[in-house]
Amino acid sequence: MYAYDRYDQAMVDARVAEFRDQCERRLAGKLTEDQFKPLRLMNGLYLQLHAYMLRVAIPYGTLNGGQMRMLATIAEKYDRGYGHFTTRQNIQYNWIKLEDAADILADLASVEMHAIQTSGNCIRNISSDHFAGAAADEVADPRPYAELLRQWSSFHPEFSYLPRKFKICVIASEQDRAAMRLHDIGIRIVGRDGELGAQFYVGGGMGRTPMIAPLIRDFVPLDQLVTYSEAALRVYNRYGRRDNKYKARIKILVHELGAEEYTRQVEEEFAHLLEQGVEPPLAELERIKGFFELPSPLRHSREGGNPAEGAVREESGPPDQVRGDGFESWARHNTHAHRNPDYVSAIVSLKPVGGIPGDATADQMRVLADLAEQYSFDELRVMHTQNVVLPHVAKDDLPALWQALSDAGMGTPNADLMGDIIACPGLDYCSLANARSIPIAQRISERFAANGKEAALGELKLKISGCINACGHHHAGHIGILGVDRKGTENYQLLLGGSEAEDTSLAKITGPGFDERGIVDAVETAADVYLREREDGERFLDTYRRIGMAPFKEALYA
Amino acid sequence: MNLITGNDLKTGAVTWWTGDGWSTLIEDAVDAGDDAEAIATREEAARRVNVPYVVEAAPGPDGTPRPSHIKERVRALGPTVRPDLTLKPDDPQAIEQVI
Repeated sequence: MYAYDRYDQAMVDARVAEFRDQCERRLAGKLTEDQFKPLRLMNGLYLQLHAYMLRVAIPYGTLNGGQMRMLATIAEKYDRGYGHFTTRQNIQYNWIKLEDAADILADLASVEMHAIQTSGNCIRNISSDHFAGAAADEVADPRPYAELLRQWSSFHPEFSYLPRKFKICVIASEQDRAAMRLHDIGIRIVGRDGELGAQFYVGGGMGRTPMIAPLIRDFVPLDQLVTYSEAALRVYNRYGRRDNKYKARIKILVHELGAEEYTRQVEEEFAHLLEQGVEPPLAELERIKGFFELPSPLRHSREGGNPAEGAVREESGPPDQVRGDGFESWARHNTHAHRNPDYVSAIVSLKPVGGIPGDATADQMRVLADLAEQYSFDELRVMHTQNVVLPHVAKDDLPALWQALSDAGMGTPNADLMGDIIACPGLDYCSLANARSIPIAQRISERFAANGKEAALGELKLKISGCINACGHHHAGHIGILGVDRKGTENYQLLLGGSEAEDTSLAKITGPGFDERGIVDAVETAADVYLREREDGERFLDTYRRIGMAPFKEALYA
Repeated sequence: MNLITGNDLKTGAVTWWTGDGWSTLIEDAVDAGDDAEAIATREEAARRVNVPYVVEAAPGPDGTPRPSHIKERVRALGPTVRPDLTLKPDDPQAIEQVI
């Protein structure tokens, strides 16, 4: 994985020193809150429902054991012993003191981490496929390109005050595991006639006006990746609305201009920028790529093939070992095909039955750090589904890994099942929320663990947001839940038919909302309709798309 | 009744106007009446509270001020999903009273 050079480290260290001075001046009364707020937000420090909240960037969700161990230390030393992994592959701490903030950033900087650009109207943390560099189906590791864009977008003077926040995602496979088309810019690395290039999807997003990004360029040579990104941003920065924050995202601009006209303007700007020489030298990209090479043992399978080169190998599939306990179920649900057939990527569930989605204690983080070092070449990934991945695990090590995870409360075999619920912090923590999300997730998780339907339902992605900002991705859930405020009371709308995968679609509201208990019953009712109506091999989403909303509404509102 | 709430600058903790200072316990909060906005402005200028604002409330069953909106009730207690992190970790009824 990427390691800071002296410039990276110097920039981050300088920012820590600058923020320390700003915090001291705020605490001494030399800065007002209005003056200080934009400064703290530039460093990821929010004032939330109960205290300050710090959001720490985890670039494209990749970190090593030492970094995870530092996240544990921060949780214990400065917070209340836990952290919350987010749908943007970051981590948040909910109980931060302003007087500790600079010390925390200094601790983060000591392991090459920071909280820069995790808030504000700038280019946020670049997200990616959590199986990047390991997946059997990708044409290249997307992370070097994500890292190049991270470097380009960090402290970019032209894009530090955009009309609104800006999220970029980079993947490199047909299968979309990162909600790519629901980003402001979604980039898919593709192969064409032996050459790699980038598809650009621009103008997607969730929030109060969900939109699926249209394709605006089918192939950008990778030695023009930054230039094309700059053109796309420049048109947005120039014409994106600044009069109304709810209409300021790039999706509104692309929608109002039309994808064709937006594309025309980007192409015009792109042609201009090509003459300016803004693209970094290829040597820099090659330098970055060097950090992401597969660890040596992963380059050769036992059969002697070289999975790092040439065509994608047949999927390695779940491990061969079969045992009579929970291991078999975990291995079936929580492993993913690796490009080396002797290995898998293992999904660590942060969704125990009745637990808080995405929360991990300091002790659990330390276990993850240890297991990464022991079993996964010192690598971890944070998933946008609020779980963690150990990307390179030898199949032979899986039983021991599963045992260690189970002992630490992280061995629940529920990846992509009903219990694997995405939930934003909601009204329990977030000052923007209208309703609580986490208790709804907990009750649904408990209901389906008790009724035994989870396994029968198979893949079912349930996502809950506590307000229209959609941090819980409810628009993209096979089943989505949106918490709203109805005259001071929590109410929950049910949505069906969303997908954030390569078959991206936006969920539709079923009808009138439900109260806290009613929404749990409603989810079970919808699940029962699926179990009754499904045909062989159909997922919940497939059945919904075939039969439509009517049978669900009939059952829900009978 | 009008309560004034804000955050402690150093810790970020939720605080409530008591009539002569600030407390983390809503039980100590008092009705600031029509002077609420003026008190909030004065206290912020004196740096005794961060980002104060006025919230509506009514006396609860035990006479303690109960904010009208659930968001303020959650602020007053702590996260309903982590009773151990609330201000009343030993009171099993506390969360029910918030909801």
